[in-house]
Amino acid sequence: MTVRVSSAGQRSTRSTVASAAVTGVNRLSRALGRGSGTVAGGRAGLLLDPGLLATLAVGRRVALVTGTNGKTTTTRLLAAALAGDGGGVVSNETGANMPAGHVAALVGEPAAPVAVLEVDEGYLGRCIAETAPEVVVLLNLSRDQLDRISEVRMLVDRWRTALAALEPPGPGRPGTVVVANADDPMVARAASAAPAVHWVGAGQVWHDDAVGCPSCGGRIHFADDGAWACDRCDFARPATAARVVGDDLVLADGSRHPIRLGLPGAFNRANAGMAAMAAVPLLDAAGDTALDTALARLGGVTEVAGRFATVARAGRQVRLLLAKNPAGWTAIFDLLEETGHADDQVVLSVNARTADGFDTSWLWDVPFERLAGRSVVATGERRLDLAVRLRYAGVEHAVVDGPVSAVDHAVAHSVDGAPVEFLGNYTAFADLRRAL
Amino acid sequence: MSVPGRRLTVAVVYPDLLGTYGDGGNGAVLARRAAWRGIDVELVQAVSDRPLPAADLYTIGGGEDGPQVRAATTLLEEGTLAARVAEGAVVLAVCAGFQVIGTTFPDSADRIQQGVGLLDLATVKGTGPRAVGELVAVPTASAPRTAAGDPLPRLTGFENHGGVSVVGPGARPLARVEHGVGNGGGDGTEGAWSGRVLGTYLHGPVLARNTALADVLLGWALAPAGSPSGTAAALEPLDDHEELALRAERLEAVTGARTGGWRAAVRRLSPSR
Repeated sequence: MTVRVSSAGQRSTRSTVASAAVTGVNRLSRALGRGSGTVAGGRAGLLLDPGLLATLAVGRRVALVTGTNGKTTTTRLLAAALAGDGGGVVSNETGANMPAGHVAALVGEPAAPVAVLEVDEGYLGRCIAETAPEVVVLLNLSRDQLDRISEVRMLVDRWRTALAALEPPGPGRPGTVVVANADDPMVARAASAAPAVHWVGAGQVWHDDAVGCPSCGGRIHFADDGAWACDRCDFARPATAARVVGDDLVLADGSRHPIRLGLPGAFNRANAGMAAMAAVPLLDAAGDTALDTALARLGGVTEVAGRFATVARAGRQVRLLLAKNPAGWTAIFDLLEETGHADDQVVLSVNARTADGFDTSWLWDVPFERLAGRSVVATGERRLDLAVRLRYAGVEHAVVDGPVSAVDHAVAHSVDGAPVEFLGNYTAFADLRRAL
Repeated sequence: MSVPGRRLTVAVVYPDLLGTYGDGGNGAVLARRAAWRGIDVELVQAVSDRPLPAADLYTIGGGEDGPQVRAATTLLEEGTLAARVAEGAVVLAVCAGFQVIGTTFPDSADRIQQGVGLLDLATVKGTGPRAVGELVAVPTASAPRTAAGDPLPRLTGFENHGGVSVVGPGARPLARVEHGVGNGGGDGTEGAWSGRVLGTYLHGPVLARNTALADVLLGWALAPAGSPSGTAAALEPLDDHEELALRAERLEAVTGARTGGWRAAVRRLSPSR
């Protein structure tokens, strides 16, 4: 692996003090039992030195991963794909995806020459400006936390501005390659502003935010094979360098590269395809060898920050699944139908804190009707919103206060040892994981 | 009490353009509440590239600026909605949909766009921060009433809009804001209505949290032909204990946050929220 000459030795006193503060506050935070402390320490560091992220990124090869869904998983898969080249990879793998989380991760691994950073959709511009990434991965964009980001199209415009400022790879400079999901018109609109794009057909099941053309306001039409085009302007799905087809990554030359994953579901094969294509420019090996190396390495990942993990509870298997928004829940319902059984107990847990978005209206965009006939338990701080939604979806349900009690209720009602599927949104998932 | 033999068509207008904030749920709530009462009801998702079907009840939801303009243009060009309203159809419009059925609203570049004109309501771009959060409003004395003639209970929902709407003399405000912003024009009002057309900034969706309003709209749609607007057919009561629990919890969350003790005070002072 090539490592750029580091100027980290000339860090200012200010950034050294700030870095020490990150470590100190994190230790204190952990000692006080206030969580993992990654964000608290990072905030303290950035307060002392607002330029700390840029300083810590100098000398490293950086990949940024963003999008509405799959960014934590794709970050983990990309880090795994790059980890075998030696030298070490640093990553904010717990999902603390704003600059405070990036700073905390980078301070913790000062010598790692490669950084794979998950980035909140709203911070892409700042992170590009401060970390000079070689690779930017754009997964998908759909409605999520609209009380915070207001509109998906506003985000597209902000991404466009940030990506237009990138330099393509060239003699004497690494430049930036954008690896973008061509199947999502919102991503395509943003990425088309970048000078160097590797388009990947990773699929996008959720089309409901992209019917209005983000380029001209016309109407986007989707074909069954995922192709799309506007009926008014020439905006259409870009030609792809690779596509995820079933269990394979298929390159434009027709060569097929099997995706063998330890993670379930079609959306994770899509994440893996994106991660593998993003790994190629950063690996020592080149071309198809690099791609197959990446795919082999990321196949070893079996859970991501507790997601997709299975835990035992009173002799029953409980699978932990995270879904934050309509597109994510729809993908998880696909997963239940692909890998689960009709008699599985399903526990749904929804909160509406800052990280989740305060507005629960999105529950009505989730096709809960697909759960009809299953045994469903509603829990979380917004279980009453869930209960009303399930009533109108025609889904029988129990309402149980407290996620652990809800899981135990499901375990107690499980027939013939059928497993329990737990689906939580962001903080609801974290609450259960902490409690179990 | 039941309405035997009545058929009802509920159309969710342009969910492909104005379906961003979960307001399609209003159509689902209306259809279910009709079906539970033995009414033969059809729920249609009316997408924007097909002619708008003739329906008894239309719901229009919130959406983003670009698609909002396209929705208004398409509705004006094809004319079905205005024609059906003239024939007595009921309309519930929310947020961007509320602006669309008014007379004028701004696009993302702040150019004035023509609305469908079903309500005397003019919307302009707000100068302050976007209105985002829980909204509670008390129906005004002149607001629609239940079939029994009672005033509607408090309205609860979630607002998320940058526009400021002014109710003209041809329409009446729906409610007075108790918590939140609402129409935002400085008069403390929320929503507007006229005849059988009603608009609001409340998401939630509004009818899931305010079932009494849902039943007023159904009652309007089921009122005998020729009855004056405002007449609502009486409907069998339903077991709404889950909706009432949700209402109570949401109203408590707002009033609790306003008055509620030292924890709430600390939360209000905390800069990270």
